[in-house]
Amino acid sequence: MNAKKIDKLATAIIGFLVGVVVLILVALIGYILVTGLPHVSWHFLTSPSQSFLKGGGIGDQLFNSLYLLVLTLLISFPIALGAGIYLFEYAPQNWVTSTIRVAIEVLSSLPSVVVGLFGFLLFVIEFKLGFSILSGAIALTFFNLPLLTRSVENSLASVPKLQREAGLALGFSRWQTVLGVIFPEALPGILTAIILSAGRIFGEAAALIYTAGQSAPILNFSNWNPLSPTSPLNPMRPAETLAVHIWKINSEGIMPDASAVSAGASAVLILAVLIFNFSARWLGNRIYRKVTASK
Amino acid sequence: MEDIKRQLTHSSKATKQDRYGKAIAFFCTFLIGLLVVSILYLVASRGLATFFKDHVSVWDFLTKQNWNPSQVDKNGSPLVGALPMIVGSFSVTIFSAVLATPFAIAMALFMTEIEPRRGTKFLQPVIELLVGIPSVVYGFVGLTIVVPVVRTVFGGTGFGILSGTLVLFVMVLPTITSMYVDSLRAVPRFYREASLALGATRWQTIYKVVLRASIPGLLTAIIFGMARAFGEALAVQMVIGNASLLPHNLISPASTLTSVLTTGMGNTVMGTLPNNALWSLALILLLMSLCFNLIVRYIGKKGRMAK
Repeated sequence: MNAKKIDKLATAIIGFLVGVVVLILVALIGYILVTGLPHVSWHFLTSPSQSFLKGGGIGDQLFNSLYLLVLTLLISFPIALGAGIYLFEYAPQNWVTSTIRVAIEVLSSLPSVVVGLFGFLLFVIEFKLGFSILSGAIALTFFNLPLLTRSVENSLASVPKLQREAGLALGFSRWQTVLGVIFPEALPGILTAIILSAGRIFGEAAALIYTAGQSAPILNFSNWNPLSPTSPLNPMRPAETLAVHIWKINSEGIMPDASAVSAGASAVLILAVLIFNFSARWLGNRIYRKVTASK
Repeated sequence: MEDIKRQLTHSSKATKQDRYGKAIAFFCTFLIGLLVVSILYLVASRGLATFFKDHVSVWDFLTKQNWNPSQVDKNGSPLVGALPMIVGSFSVTIFSAVLATPFAIAMALFMTEIEPRRGTKFLQPVIELLVGIPSVVYGFVGLTIVVPVVRTVFGGTGFGILSGTLVLFVMVLPTITSMYVDSLRAVPRFYREASLALGATRWQTIYKVVLRASIPGLLTAIIFGMARAFGEALAVQMVIGNASLLPHNLISPASTLTSVLTTGMGNTVMGTLPNNALWSLALILLLMSLCFNLIVRYIGKKGRMAK
């Protein structure tokens, strides 16, 4: 065989393998949406789940997932922002900084089960917070911090050096330059990073099983006092999220319509992730167009 | 006069603000460092209790096959042989990485060498979606499609290493692909130009030049994929069958470190031996993830590309 034929053959093989992967993705998403969407109805999305009967919904789990997402972002974003600013704008080149960078890398590669178990040990048991939304949010913060910090740092790094010099030349202090000049310009990148991390948080379950718990107590959606145990806003109640719910009904399997409920819940999860992904892309493009005046 | 003197000898408001800002930012960074140290410390102290408090020998823990921590054998020493889980974890990790690598290489080559513009535009979202699908959804699909298919094709229950491998294959594929794309893009353009100018075909250029120049990047990408596979808990737990037995073949029920942790932790009492043994498994997971990290660093140092 001559070189040209081998070249054609290799290209064909590569094309074939790529086709297989695309097919897998299409089949995967198609399967989940086709089997799941028929179960998704207003009733399914709003009614509480059932343990032994048919016809349970995912209302509480959906609310728990969203509430946990908001709490996690509230805790992790300020820390990630501070750490990102320090690492990119202030950190001197010395062993302390490089140790911290290694630590962040280690944290980002830790399995989420280990992070969840650490949260379980420290918050659920030592600090006696019990299985609660707060413990879950803190565990998810640990899980989310390294990636978010790195994205903040990258967004800061993408701001041209000239902007920094201009700020300093106007007599601003470094902090004022960061807050007044650099941060607004890095904001689109940071927002995209937050939305993408929201997708990850929304689907995470392994870190939550032993921190936010696997039970969903009945919620009273007319009670908005955060201190009352039946209030949806109470951060100290155990809360099973959507992802944990899918895992639990599949591994315990006492629910008669478990596969229907998990198909529906999977479809909702996938849709949420798709929405997060596309909105991050859309927002990124839109803001990019605005600040660069390109079409 | 007093005013001017004060302005000259005292820090201005902006300087003070800068100091506070820097302190706050440093505190946030410090917090992350502290967090990592405390995770390492707490998991290590719990995990080592099996060996120091309950006097299980490390060698027995790593090589014995009998996992039943609440029981003791006839000599009175507890049955904590973690070998089945260790074998399970390593086999799903290695098999899925081996299976995913050719596909990842093909994807990455397609995006960088064959159709750089259209390929990237089309495949980038594919990779992002595969990363974005939550692991429980992979587990659920594995349970409803992969397990029955394996059962009808190969017999047995369908639960086992093979199903775990197939599910993990899809999960590590995007990780390996996206990292390898980055390292292919880092191969300098003149490498390709030089090869093509010598009359090589595109495949000859890819195979003889680009692939070889990017081998460190490929290894790093595979290790990252393996780290993800090794630490993945729920998707694997749902399809592997959860039997703490040494797997005889690819289709007999098995278990991994993560699957035993997720199912067992809730059923044991803090501070007892069965619980400590689980923390030792968590410690192995932690040490392995540190190992993967070290290997990546080592490859990164060795394989810097000449520009």
